[in-house]
Amino acid sequence: MAKTQTSSRAALLRYLAIRLVLIVPTVFILVTVVFFFMRVIGDPITAAQGGRLSAEALAQRRADAGFDRPLLIQYWEYLSGVFRGDFGSTMTDHREVTEVLLTNGAATLELVFYALIVAFAVGIPLGRLAARHHDRLPDVGIRTFAVLFYAAPVFFVGLLLKLLFSSALHWLPAAGRAETETTLALSKQGPNTNILLIDAIVSGNGAYVVDVLRHAVLPALALGLLTAGVFIRLIRINLLETLRADFVTAARARGVAERKVVSKHAFRNALIPVVTVMGMQIALMLGGAILTENTFEWRGIGFVLSHYLLARDFVAVQGLVTAIAVVVAIASFLIDVINALVDPRVRY
Amino acid sequence: MATAIVPLAPVPVQRRSRIPGLALLRSTHGLQRIMLVIGLTLIAIFVIVAIGADLIAPYGFAQTRIGDALFPTHAPPSAEHLLGTTVGGMDVLSRIVYGARTALLVVLLAAVLSIFIGVPLGVVSGYVGGVLDRVLVLITDALYAFPSLLLAIVVSIMVAGGRSDAFGGIVAASVSITVIFIPQYFRVVRGATLAAKAEPYVDAARVAGARPTRIMFGHILSNVSQTIPVLATLNASEAILTLAGLGFLGFGIEPSAAAEWGYDLNKALSDVANGIWWTGVFPGIAIVLVVTGVALIGESLNDVLNPLLRTRGGATTADEHDVVAAATQDTIADHRPNPPHLPNPPEKHAPPAHPDPPEDSATEPDQPTPPTQGGDR
Repeated sequence: MAKTQTSSRAALLRYLAIRLVLIVPTVFILVTVVFFFMRVIGDPITAAQGGRLSAEALAQRRADAGFDRPLLIQYWEYLSGVFRGDFGSTMTDHREVTEVLLTNGAATLELVFYALIVAFAVGIPLGRLAARHHDRLPDVGIRTFAVLFYAAPVFFVGLLLKLLFSSALHWLPAAGRAETETTLALSKQGPNTNILLIDAIVSGNGAYVVDVLRHAVLPALALGLLTAGVFIRLIRINLLETLRADFVTAARARGVAERKVVSKHAFRNALIPVVTVMGMQIALMLGGAILTENTFEWRGIGFVLSHYLLARDFVAVQGLVTAIAVVVAIASFLIDVINALVDPRVRY
Repeated sequence: MATAIVPLAPVPVQRRSRIPGLALLRSTHGLQRIMLVIGLTLIAIFVIVAIGADLIAPYGFAQTRIGDALFPTHAPPSAEHLLGTTVGGMDVLSRIVYGARTALLVVLLAAVLSIFIGVPLGVVSGYVGGVLDRVLVLITDALYAFPSLLLAIVVSIMVAGGRSDAFGGIVAASVSITVIFIPQYFRVVRGATLAAKAEPYVDAARVAGARPTRIMFGHILSNVSQTIPVLATLNASEAILTLAGLGFLGFGIEPSAAAEWGYDLNKALSDVANGIWWTGVFPGIAIVLVVTGVALIGESLNDVLNPLLRTRGGATTADEHDVVAAATQDTIADHRPNPPHLPNPPEKHAPPAHPDPPEDSATEPDQPTPPTQGGDR
């Protein structure tokens, strides 16, 4: 018995090692695809000065920036820069790409964190309720709710939330991460993380904390409810399938109370697929974050990325996209590790 | 998106149906049927509005005047403009009606393109195997793992290349959506092909001297194609959302070239501060209704095709009991659950009467699962 256990552990480690190594080609493919795509679609100088400069002046500017050199050489330079951790500087506003990643990345991280809280708080209880009342009224109601939140684009939900809580009721601010004074005060204070909630708590000023949280409510709801819709469907389907498993029937036959069957026996097993799916959710949430950030002018990665894309600032876009690819790949690897630890059946 | 399908028992009547959805409707009951009816109704209305836009819309989608009389700007809903007008003085109702046409065109074009590219790729990759298979799997998985909207934006900029007339815009949007979907069709079809490859009829064809192309596109394709309608339905709702997202971020179709709901919502965002609600709420509702319609159909298809969840109303036959029992074992034997928004890999697609899980898992060659794959083994 002990022997089979060690060998299965070795197999698991081997599997995880392969997964880890495979992150490299995955990221490499994306970096390459994006590099060449972005070169095909134009350059920032043409995008910004297109109508205003003569063709010669434009060509001169492009030559000065080095865009007229062979693509492969530019590609090689870029790749070697990336290996040294140098992503270059953005061309439209001359910021270091790494600096953009740190400051705006922190904002996105903060948003995704709030949204996940909403998603868990709403998705898990409702999914459970729907499964327990399979095909009865609560199930239908909750499923309709889930379908609606899936069907409503996050920017439409955001628009409705703004209309209701901001312009009609005046309860919450419509956009931004904090009032200007708060942002200024927090940026002046010593070292800051750019995760405004942490900065505000460090400042010790309660008014700042409240301000930051008030700004977070609507974006967190918009992005969180979208994800909650996914969670509801997942939990419901997995719980329904688990409730039909033999070990649940066995528990029922032993006279375990239905409540306990659901919460102790079935629910924990039904959560495993949800953990697996979390990896996929991160890619989905990052996509949702682009839209949410634009809806609420939340200056995260998605917000700046869409502006860099419109300006054809390919240095910035490449850097940000590479970073997103790395984050997605690492996150999904970590989810796999967690999944292997949580689920004793995952053995290779 | 997150819909776990276990396409274990194909509904046999479905293939013979002439009216789309009718056979599906027969196989449902109770609340399930109500949801399906609502879904089918919504989609029927959507298609009718899209086709008859010229007859239904009171004005043109970019029209701002009749003769010399300009439309009022930001006018609230009234008898002349049932859903009000936008900041540019365009009629909101007309833009919504023509927006349906844009959405339908993009969804259909994207579905056709991704099926025609993704399905053959999947069949060839699964059947031929080897290095080609591994490279294709790696590439599609890299694309699949990436935030789809971002991918769509990059591709749409590339395809549109500055041109954003109606045709160019619709093609650009469709192609960018296609790039998201190809990996999905590829994965599902490749999985089904791997399973089908081990079936006796394929061996028989091979022994009889059929060429590989004939086996792939004659024998295997017709047997793996039954998963495609479900996937296409699920994808249609995502396609509409992606189109709206592209438009919202300003990477979609020019507003003067075609009406597009996402673009209108973007413009409406700045109206919110002034309490102007009709420019944003109505196009938003249009998106929600259409996506809900498609999602309800997809959900019903899913539940009907997933006997594990079929409980009430229908009398369970002995056969079904077998399926449930076998499928439950299958799920347990199958260790790792699948990413929810993809149909489970059809190697589990055993014949309904006597599924044979152990054999299925043997058909999947041992290979490292690339990152982010929820696990299809």
